[in-house]
Amino acid sequence: MIGSLESKTPDGPLPEKWRKHQNNSKLVAPNNRRRFEIIIVGTGLAGGSAAATLGEQGYNVKSFCYQDSARRAHSIAAQGGINAAKNYPNDGDSVYRLFYDTIKGGDFRSREANVYRLAEVANLIIDQCVEQGVPFAREYGGLLANRSFGGAQVSRTFYARGQTGQQLLLGAYQALSRQVAAGTVRMFPQTEMLDLVLVEGHAKGIITRNLVTGKIEAHAADAVVLASGGYGNVFYLSTNARGCNVTATYRAYKKGALFANPCYTQIHPTCIPVSGQHQSKLTLMSESLRNDGRVWVPKKEHDRRSPNEIPDSERDYYLERKYPSFGNLSPRDISSRAAKEVCDEGRGVGETGRGVYLDFKDAIGRLGENTIRERYGNLFDIYERITGEDAYEKPMRIYPAVHYTMGGLWVDYNLMSNLPGLHVIGEANFSDHGANRLGASALMQGLADGYFVLPYTLPNYLAGQIGKRPAADHPDFKKAEGEVRARIKHMLDIDGTRSVDSFHRELGLLLWDKCGMARNAAGLQEAIERIPRLRQEFWSPNGGVSVLGNGETFNQSLERAGRVADFLEFGELMCRDALARDESCGAHFREEHQTGEGEALRDDEKFADVFAWEYQGNGKSAEPILHREPLVFDSVHLAQRSYK
Amino acid sequence: MIVAVTGVILILFVIGHLLGNLQIFLGPAWINGYAEHLRELGPLLWIIRAILLIDVLAHIYYTVRLAIENRRARPESYRRKDVVKASFASRHMVISGMILLAFIVFHLLQFSIRAIDPRFAALPHDPLGHYDVYSMMVLGFTSPLVSGFYILAMFLLALHLSHGSSSFFQSLGLNNKNLTPRLASAGRVFAWLLFVGYSSIPAAVLLGWVHLRSHS
Amino acid sequence: MNFKLKIWRQPSAASKGELRRYEIEKISANTSFLEMLDILNEQLIKSGEEPVAFDSDCREGICGTCSLTINGEAHGPAHPAAACQLYMRQFKDGETITVEPFRVRSFPIIKDLVINRGALDRIVQAGGFISARTGSAPEANSTPIPKHNSDLAMEAAACIGCGACAAACPNASAMLFTSAKISHLALLPQGQAERSRRVLGMVRQMDAEGFGNCTNTYECEAVCPAEISASFIAKMNREYAIASLRDRLGE
Repeated sequence: MIGSLESKTPDGPLPEKWRKHQNNSKLVAPNNRRRFEIIIVGTGLAGGSAAATLGEQGYNVKSFCYQDSARRAHSIAAQGGINAAKNYPNDGDSVYRLFYDTIKGGDFRSREANVYRLAEVANLIIDQCVEQGVPFAREYGGLLANRSFGGAQVSRTFYARGQTGQQLLLGAYQALSRQVAAGTVRMFPQTEMLDLVLVEGHAKGIITRNLVTGKIEAHAADAVVLASGGYGNVFYLSTNARGCNVTATYRAYKKGALFANPCYTQIHPTCIPVSGQHQSKLTLMSESLRNDGRVWVPKKEHDRRSPNEIPDSERDYYLERKYPSFGNLSPRDISSRAAKEVCDEGRGVGETGRGVYLDFKDAIGRLGENTIRERYGNLFDIYERITGEDAYEKPMRIYPAVHYTMGGLWVDYNLMSNLPGLHVIGEANFSDHGANRLGASALMQGLADGYFVLPYTLPNYLAGQIGKRPAADHPDFKKAEGEVRARIKHMLDIDGTRSVDSFHRELGLLLWDKCGMARNAAGLQEAIERIPRLRQEFWSPNGGVSVLGNGETFNQSLERAGRVADFLEFGELMCRDALARDESCGAHFREEHQTGEGEALRDDEKFADVFAWEYQGNGKSAEPILHREPLVFDSVHLAQRSYK
Repeated sequence: MIVAVTGVILILFVIGHLLGNLQIFLGPAWINGYAEHLRELGPLLWIIRAILLIDVLAHIYYTVRLAIENRRARPESYRRKDVVKASFASRHMVISGMILLAFIVFHLLQFSIRAIDPRFAALPHDPLGHYDVYSMMVLGFTSPLVSGFYILAMFLLALHLSHGSSSFFQSLGLNNKNLTPRLASAGRVFAWLLFVGYSSIPAAVLLGWVHLRSHS
Repeated sequence: MNFKLKIWRQPSAASKGELRRYEIEKISANTSFLEMLDILNEQLIKSGEEPVAFDSDCREGICGTCSLTINGEAHGPAHPAAACQLYMRQFKDGETITVEPFRVRSFPIIKDLVINRGALDRIVQAGGFISARTGSAPEANSTPIPKHNSDLAMEAAACIGCGACAAACPNASAMLFTSAKISHLALLPQGQAERSRRVLGMVRQMDAEGFGNCTNTYECEAVCPAEISASFIAKMNREYAIASLRDRLGE
């Protein structure tokens, strides 16, 4: 049974909480730190920065990633920037405003104290990164430059060209490399966590598979930190990297950790649409394009004419029509859903009919091609590289895509899950973004957790654990290891006929359809029915998955099969959460709950809660148990979002 | 780096040597006088020769060592390898250098040690009592075979230097993003000017523009 | 579109590899090169042959995981781009395409087209960082940095660590990779304290890993997906010369 869902948020006024908590937190003396082993799974912004900082403090850290180098974690792909309330542009920014924008952006479904802490430490992150050599954009005077980003009225976003994620990750990776050289961190690249090991209810280690040699290994530690990222790839197509997966967090869930708010998944409205069945990945195009582009589809259904042959009178500029005041700049979720609607009506464009036009013809006419080239040249180039089309001549085709997942393992104010010893940071936890994440705040949260929160809160657990680390041949490890081996053997023995990817694609399409941009009870129920059947098929020798090769060598099919097997269970949990949350909030849009203008309609009376799910097995009779953590708002007033 | 530094010394020598040799167009008195001046340096000439010898040996030794390391760095070669930017010259420095070495040996045997052509040793001093370098060169280059080999070697020298003469700036860290393409072009121009300069002598001899003059 | 493929198959590091021929049909011009390999793998799985192992992750050219030599060019013919940014419309219908791994001794082959680039990590561990203890940093705007230096540092820092430079280099040299990191940090005021130590340590490690030497062919910058300039190699040479001189003088 789970422990209590106590958030352990310190009392006192909001701005005092973190300081107070730091002062009251336990400490581990420097000479005792080297007696502790810490396992960190994942080397993105959160995991990399945590491993570097804990190693620097003197702990023995083991750092794991599935990539061939810590530097390749998917944080690297973030383009936009990182927020901090430095108020360098002198436009009235403050920690409180950053906090308020973030909690409002999350549609009031996150913990006040966590979000406030995030806003507070954001400034430290900028200092730290600059000192590490992150080449943030600068002004001619040599000081740091800022730009504005969605959901804020101030300029508070720091950026490094279009590669902010890469540069921040390299900063963390370099700090990590320094600790590897110093011997405090041991790296395990190309090593995937396949199970969490509990000893007397405490998370004390993991079971891993070396992806190169296939060796299954047990690693014991005093505490386990998961920084394994989000689960956007449950949809098969997303802007995530191919390898991103839910396995680490899902395994922890199966061992008793609560999974919170899995239905909160963010859709980005301006991605390059799917071009064929075998597409493996969706590419994001900056939202800034909507400043000058006009969104439209043909008025007629299945109009196959080339866009330039369709006269203006036969075009439906649906965003301008439906939302006259915001028009093409309507918020992310609204424009995403509107695109889905017109495509559902059969008016979508492109080969697959899942796309809408983003037309720059008027803007080019008004401002000239050169101005457009200056503003968006690199984006037009990316578009042309992928689609082979020239967006100066022909309107761009765009479509929404899954981009980020706000849900994750439940954690308290110390970033510890309900399982003692198991800490979860970055996108892998549920904590700071509520039902929707604002632009440029994912990087902020990953680094906040890793550099400035976990290193202070981890001792609260560790202080009582001196000398309690089990040996890696403890019976509980042996048992978990045996289970992992059996599962791999099982997968190899299915000897079915379908590829792993074909199952993944099928699951993804189903979820995108039923649990994507817009959800309703009937669709979710259907998905909850269908996913177990698909799962059954996956494991069935008749028409099931085919994993060739063996477990003792490098085997990419086997790696993917394990991840997809977990997605096939997790997808169901996501739908259950979406069904149980009988309201709309942020990125979670239940068609039954909307305002006249198609806005998400929250139900604060019933749902101002975190939903945290407890695993009960996969059978029909064993539905997960829902636990609720009420969200208390002392400092902010719960307002209806309005973009009228 | 050693390769670059030794290379620079050799480039300086090649420039000086060309300037000296071109005096042939000014007549026997000039070039023979020039040769005499060199001889008058006495021990200094031998020091210069020793430095050049050591320099050449070092240049070759370190290049070969690097080339061996480079081969080891890719034990299994590509089945198909296309070149995107690297020039022909840059990819064939070792082979152009090796052939040049053979040439240098021949060249020294021919003109310095005078072991190839018995007529050289038999040449009388010129009216001023200097070695008759002028006649030696004219006699040497009258043979199309010798001239051909000489011109070929100069072609390879130019090829070698079309890369080497700008490459050393990179190796010694003496350039930047703006300078690099300019240095590369300048290097190529320099190398082919050397080719024109050096080849002009055998060409002129073969064409009869420069011919033996009697010591009257 | 239809293609003939010659793909390097090598079951493990120890075994011998060979180019094996495959044919693939009805590929849309909008398919990316890696998706074409995905489709090939689906075919292979159906026919009971083990799929071709190849590396990829972000598939948008930033993570540096993909590492294919396509038709003799690192990352294929669409420079500047990583292999994942290459689309089949780049090729002629019916063309024979040769796919090999990055061939560098210091990147041993794991299987088929997958290589181990741990050597690059070890070069960074040998000094490619600024020792800034978490929480000890001064206020970010306390040290202004001229925009020009900061922009130049960014150009060097853009390296995605794919190793194409070494793969394309006739000498399998990793100078472009190493010099990019050294230049990035040497250009910033924060990187000054460890400047000499860094260049000496990283160059020493690079040599110890068994990479070849730079002969200034600039093949590296021509294939670099992040457009890192070879002028950073010149900068590294300069940094190294000064640092070793100071080191010898006992500073």
